[in-house]
Amino acid sequence: MQAQTLYEKLWSSHVVHVEDDGTALIYIDRHLVHEVTSPQAFEGLKLAGRKPWRVDSIVATADHNTPTDHWDKGIQDPVSRQQVETLDSNIREVGALAYFPFKDARQGIVHVIGPENGATLPGMTVVCGDSHTSTHGAFACLAHGIGTSEVEHVMATQCLLQKKSKTMLIRVDGKLGAGVTAKDVVLAIIGKIGTAGGTGYAMEFGGSAIRSLSMEGRMTICNMAIEAGARAGLVAVDDQTIAYLKDRPFSPRGENWDRAVEYWRTLHSDDGAVFDAVVELDAAQIKPQVTWGTSPEMVAAIDGTVPDPALEKDPVKREGMERALQYMGLTPRTPINKIAIDKVFIGSCTNSRIEDLRAAAAVAKGRRKADNVKLVLVVPGSGLVKRQAEAEGLDKVFVAAGFEWREPGCSMCLAMNADRLEPGERCASTSNRNFEGRQGAGGRTHLVSPAMAAAAAIAGHFADVRELA
Amino acid sequence: MKPFTKLDGLVAPMDRANVDTDAIIPKQFLKSIKRSGFGPNLFDEWRYMDVGQPGEDNSGRPKNPDFVLNQPRYQGAQVLLTRDNFGCGSSREHAPWALEDFGFRVLIGPSFADIFFNNCFKNGLLPIKLAADEVDALFAQCHATIGYRLNVDLDAMTITRPDGKVIPFDVDPFRRECLLNGWDDIGLTLRHADKIRDFEARRRIDQPWLFA
Repeated sequence: MQAQTLYEKLWSSHVVHVEDDGTALIYIDRHLVHEVTSPQAFEGLKLAGRKPWRVDSIVATADHNTPTDHWDKGIQDPVSRQQVETLDSNIREVGALAYFPFKDARQGIVHVIGPENGATLPGMTVVCGDSHTSTHGAFACLAHGIGTSEVEHVMATQCLLQKKSKTMLIRVDGKLGAGVTAKDVVLAIIGKIGTAGGTGYAMEFGGSAIRSLSMEGRMTICNMAIEAGARAGLVAVDDQTIAYLKDRPFSPRGENWDRAVEYWRTLHSDDGAVFDAVVELDAAQIKPQVTWGTSPEMVAAIDGTVPDPALEKDPVKREGMERALQYMGLTPRTPINKIAIDKVFIGSCTNSRIEDLRAAAAVAKGRRKADNVKLVLVVPGSGLVKRQAEAEGLDKVFVAAGFEWREPGCSMCLAMNADRLEPGERCASTSNRNFEGRQGAGGRTHLVSPAMAAAAAIAGHFADVRELA
Repeated sequence: MKPFTKLDGLVAPMDRANVDTDAIIPKQFLKSIKRSGFGPNLFDEWRYMDVGQPGEDNSGRPKNPDFVLNQPRYQGAQVLLTRDNFGCGSSREHAPWALEDFGFRVLIGPSFADIFFNNCFKNGLLPIKLAADEVDALFAQCHATIGYRLNVDLDAMTITRPDGKVIPFDVDPFRRECLLNGWDDIGLTLRHADKIRDFEARRRIDQPWLFA
């Protein structure tokens, strides 16, 4: 048999029907649902008199609108509250395999709770009305974000209309330096290929540096595949994948576990499989990264400087850089480590898992935030992550450093709840998007790793975490 | 879905790359549980001088006179010229909902982000990819000519410029058919319900743990 890529294996095992022009119906195994992109889909189903095809494929939670403090007071914003209550009533009416509502012990960011509950398994197709669904590809699932019309389509038919993507291999070989994390790797990848570099591709991450990452790190990388334009990110199954999934609530058990593991072991690109594009990075060359602009591709190393648009030849790019620097309030050639910050956000579906919190706590331990830093928010990705962090005493480290320890949710990654930047405020953020206004109208976002975010909180400006003794 | 066949429409230029869906429709408007009414908040942060709130009356808000869609010559535009990677970022379908509600039916650019591109077709909005030099020429003509219009014919897959030049474009045949007829995807897919059931039955046997 011809050597296949992991993407081709996942694709061909889910095709139900193909139209003449190659548009295929692919079967969907897991449908993750949250409150923001589902109400219109539930309403559409109801108006058409349709029932969900397979309720036990649905795992739902409320995450985007939920507050991260004063849970006893409920959701203060009436518009946010209505959206969360609409999800409550839709799931009550329709049903689900699992629902983790606001305040539930296992509530959290949809892309954190899927894997930690074993609701995301290798070989699955996973969809969610959220672009960061690419996260789940860390488990060798074909996972991508969809729009609300497609949410309704999947509910009604258990299928999605898709055209096969091209395949791209991003190979990162070598050993990552101390203090360099998965977030730095993925920012470096986006810096190299650009935010549209992966458009039309399913992006597999391989090489010894990817293999050496934990599942949390692999999720961080796949999470930001969409920031490189790829709807889906992928990492092959290995011993770590299997060890992570053992005994999770929805993981298979007994004989099913053995059968599943045997199948999962086949979920890798075959030797000699041909990709449409290959990009290579040397892990040893990657330094801690900080974005300086309003697109994730506008990124520099911590020992670098803000670039000068005058040196850019492409006029559209040059204008984009000038506009970004104006919005960010930065002047060309400023050293990155001289940029002072106002706030820090540690959280989001990119970086709110236990390993992320451990990395931030390791930097914060025995130190205190700088006086010019008004707020350092630490928002765990889920109730389970929060409990684990508290069991390890990480919350105490954060509080002693002057950081705020909050309840789980999406929080200031997109600022749909009360956590946001004020106009002009500058933030070191472990989230995934530095777009204009993303963290609050007029807010200025710099994307960094959790360790780098903690280092910035302590220094009051961006600082090289490798130099903190 | 509203069908799309032909359009002779006024053109507006959005002359910047990487326009993301957060810019197209900011997050506070995503709290709505409806699919309509997003037009007044399209490009809210660029269009107005203040910060908009959901449910607010937008008629009295101060507009940014420099923003392209606020200029008198582009009022009533139905075709939007875009640059590379338009619609990147979040999967929010509120972005095409807002563009459509504002009055746009056609987007023309060198490249679009995947999820956004896909979402457009579900909402009677036609995104057209053209070679970068063709797009450059359209921007130049649009900037130079007040009242610049394009004629877009989905059946023939052509754009006709005012100077008579005809530019052919590609669309997936399946998407073209759906858009021309205004077909509901779900209805089309359910014609294959037996195939879906057969597939599912086999899967239940091969990978029973997925159905626990």
